[in-house]
Amino acid sequence: MPDSGPAGTGMAFDEKYTVTASPHIASDITTGRVMRDVLIALIPAVLAGAWFFGARTLLVCAVTVAACVAAEFFSRKIMRRENTTGDLSAAVTGLLLALNLPPSIELWMAVVGGAAAIVIGKQIFGGIGQNFMNPALVGRVVMLTSWGASMTRWSPAVSGALFGAMPTGGGAVDAVSAATPLALAKALFTGGGLTEGLSQATLALPSYSALFLGGVAGCIGETSALAVLLGGLYLLCRRVITWHIPAAFLGSAALLTWAFGGRGTLFGGDPLYQILSGGLFLGAFFMATDYSTSPMTKKGKLIMGLGCGVLTAVIRLFTTSPEGVSYSILIMNVVVPLIDRYTIPTVFGGGKPHE
Amino acid sequence: MSDNAENKAAGGGASGSAGALDAANAGGSAGANLLTVFRNGLLDENPTFRLILGTCPTLAVTTSAVNGVGMGLSAMAVLICSNIVISLIRNLIPDTVRIPAFITVIAGFVTIVDLLLHAFVPSLYSALGIFIPLIVVNCIILARAEMFACKNSVARSAADGLGMGVGFTAALILIGSLREFLGNGTIFGIDLTQRLFSPAALMLLPPGGFLAYGAVLAVINKVTRNKTAVVGCDACPLRCGMKDGERAGLADARGNGGAV
Repeated sequence: MPDSGPAGTGMAFDEKYTVTASPHIASDITTGRVMRDVLIALIPAVLAGAWFFGARTLLVCAVTVAACVAAEFFSRKIMRRENTTGDLSAAVTGLLLALNLPPSIELWMAVVGGAAAIVIGKQIFGGIGQNFMNPALVGRVVMLTSWGASMTRWSPAVSGALFGAMPTGGGAVDAVSAATPLALAKALFTGGGLTEGLSQATLALPSYSALFLGGVAGCIGETSALAVLLGGLYLLCRRVITWHIPAAFLGSAALLTWAFGGRGTLFGGDPLYQILSGGLFLGAFFMATDYSTSPMTKKGKLIMGLGCGVLTAVIRLFTTSPEGVSYSILIMNVVVPLIDRYTIPTVFGGGKPHE
Repeated sequence: MSDNAENKAAGGGASGSAGALDAANAGGSAGANLLTVFRNGLLDENPTFRLILGTCPTLAVTTSAVNGVGMGLSAMAVLICSNIVISLIRNLIPDTVRIPAFITVIAGFVTIVDLLLHAFVPSLYSALGIFIPLIVVNCIILARAEMFACKNSVARSAADGLGMGVGFTAALILIGSLREFLGNGTIFGIDLTQRLFSPAALMLLPPGGFLAYGAVLAVINKVTRNKTAVVGCDACPLRCGMKDGERAGLADARGNGGAV
């Protein structure tokens, strides 16, 4: 596989001595191993989604994963290129997409979203390593712009819903609707009420523990910050990702929402609430750190995280949309080539001569 | 008028070289009749899918099939009329100021079309909006004036305008129908899906224009892949005068067989 992550891993060691350009040290890190780690890291978030939103979320996950893998297989086949479903990257895209969908999403829409993620987001540009935007977020945004109503129809989180009655379809699910923590915060912040028939009684903000442990309405993967954090720490320990992007992302978002999140007062916001709610953890640990759509150097990664955090805070605080993690990451994805260009590391012995 | 006489007339034109078609049709001096000229615009050199010209209106107004028809017919009317007039006055225009002269002729016909649409089909006029006046700078029309009408007889220029116009209209209808079907569930306003699926509004937004255009283009390229040949500089009517050696170097660099 020519595009398998760090340079040199795809070398064929069929000769005793290989004469190549540097680097000469090859590691055993393959795309498949990295992607397997990401899948393992996503297990807590999937389980949390199932626990709070019911077994249907597992079905949504299975459907998007199957759609993404099938789209990858057939698009490679049509383009007469080698089959890359074995590196598990399509499965990761599918699972991430599922975690970014509301629990009551229609399954056929999830299939279309998965196919759009792989075909438009990835394979059109040449497959893994060549895509300039996070495929899962491309799929999510395609669905969000196409079917806005279905994509913002939130069902309430019920602890232990996994073992409750499984909703049979869309009709049963949208009988009860709920507001996401960010929509509630936005309604309070702007002073306006929510439109979706929610009374003032439901306008109470969820507690920090509910936000952290889970039990708030939202996408399948964003109900429990703890579950996402566990996965993120696993990725950090396995050195699949570095701390730079998540730290810069969360830090800058927290700082800005703290500074400008208060109504009329400076530094009157609630940064903890903002960080724990919505898709910030999921985006910071799993989406913004995607190898092919994030900068290569540490300095570049800090810039990327900073940009994501600033854009997220701006969208959350100053636009009509309650959540902005997806768009901020996609916008920063587009800027990554520029970041890489301006953060070229100085070679050993290079740099400016001393005066 | 025989073909021979036409070609002589073409030879006295602005640049003195043969028309685009003669080269495309293996350089036959008497081969291209009016039907071939028409067919060339409709299929072989379809402005939207082969020349990739006029992409701005293609992307912008194809949110429905009706808009595609309106835009295509408006552009076709301007194209035929401007081709005829420019062909008529091709020997009077000094070579150095030919582009401003073309633009003036085209702008005159666009104004006529603009006023006619405003008067008789106001709904279409408001749907197409700024893109009607923008036909003035539509590169299909300017390209045909520069590459065909100013080098060919009136009859051939009219046939070229008709062929290119029909080709453009057909392409806009195709893309418009696709976007309207996926984005609204209808074609020409007729509900074809009976609301079996909720339409993807994305296809009516600007990204949907790029997606639909690209998808149709990809399918057409795939289907016609075995029928097209890379002809390189010989088919290019611009005659940039590049030497063979330079051309070969460029071909190596671009890997496209020498087409500049």
